[in-house]
Amino acid sequence: MPGLGGRMSTVIKAKISRMLDRAEDPGETLDYGYQKQVEMLQNVKKGIADVVTAKKRLQMQSGKLEQQVVKLDTQARQALAQGNEPLARTALERKTLAQTELQTLDTQVKELEGQQEQLTANEQKLRQKIEQFRTKKEVIKAQYSAAEAQVRIGEAASGVGEEMADLGLAMQRAEDKTEQMRARAGAVEELEAAGTFDDITQLGPGEDDIDRQLKELTSGAQVDDELAKMKAELETGGGDSPALEQGKENP
Amino acid sequence: MIVRISGEGQFRLPDEDAGRLNELDNRAVKAVEQGDETGFRELWSQMLELVASDGNALADDELVESDVILPPRDVTFQEAKGEFTGDGLIPD
Repeated sequence: MPGLGGRMSTVIKAKISRMLDRAEDPGETLDYGYQKQVEMLQNVKKGIADVVTAKKRLQMQSGKLEQQVVKLDTQARQALAQGNEPLARTALERKTLAQTELQTLDTQVKELEGQQEQLTANEQKLRQKIEQFRTKKEVIKAQYSAAEAQVRIGEAASGVGEEMADLGLAMQRAEDKTEQMRARAGAVEELEAAGTFDDITQLGPGEDDIDRQLKELTSGAQVDDELAKMKAELETGGGDSPALEQGKENP
Repeated sequence: MIVRISGEGQFRLPDEDAGRLNELDNRAVKAVEQGDETGFRELWSQMLELVASDGNALADDELVESDVILPPRDVTFQEAKGEFTGDGLIPD
């Protein structure tokens, strides 16, 4: 199809012709090309392992946050049952923040899973193409004169080269995304380290920097709503929650 | 003609589709130039649909070069600004 061929394919073609220019001897070009392909396959494996590592880290954080959400909810109920509304509010603010983080983490884990699947499928495809190239390479070496071989190498190498370049782009995108998630995970860890999601009974309400930051970070409306709901539950004696039972025991 | 969706693989399409693809490509360039993300998204999904409806996936052991390379399916508008410029993916 004359006239077709996008920017990316132009870049890829340029790379391949540079690769072909590097060696005068077609046999050498073929071996070099094959060697590069095998290296690329190793890189892909490493890239997939990186994605898996990033995903595991996020999943671990997500699990921890889930526990904290439950804990903070319980503590808010306890505080309210004891008539300590400011403390209940603090717990709910923290819970809201933890929930927001949790949602983001879960979305990111799903994205990473998609990427992992895609990269694995691509790796499989590239492996097949490389195998095909290896077979062709030996045929070309055995059957053609240097001049003829050069033409045929061009064809075969372009096909594999494009596959490699494309996988390279996919890897780059996956790496960029993993990098963003690492930054995100780091931010959550910092919040954790600062004690943001810790046991609120260890602190008085509104006493520290964390709480001031929390007020800025969390949606006041959501906290108000939840507080109101909890109060209503408490008043109607909806004591099916263990936290409330505890509260009743300790008026 | 052979079309690659970056990150997915290659598809064989009837040569007659080149004109349609080129037209969508040119319109996508315009949308990007005008900062019209909604318009771009619409055209981009039409391009993907064309490949999905008319294309047959190439076997994994086929070693052929693509005539057209489309960006990844989930291309961001920001990335599209780098790809859909000038003559677009398919030079006229």
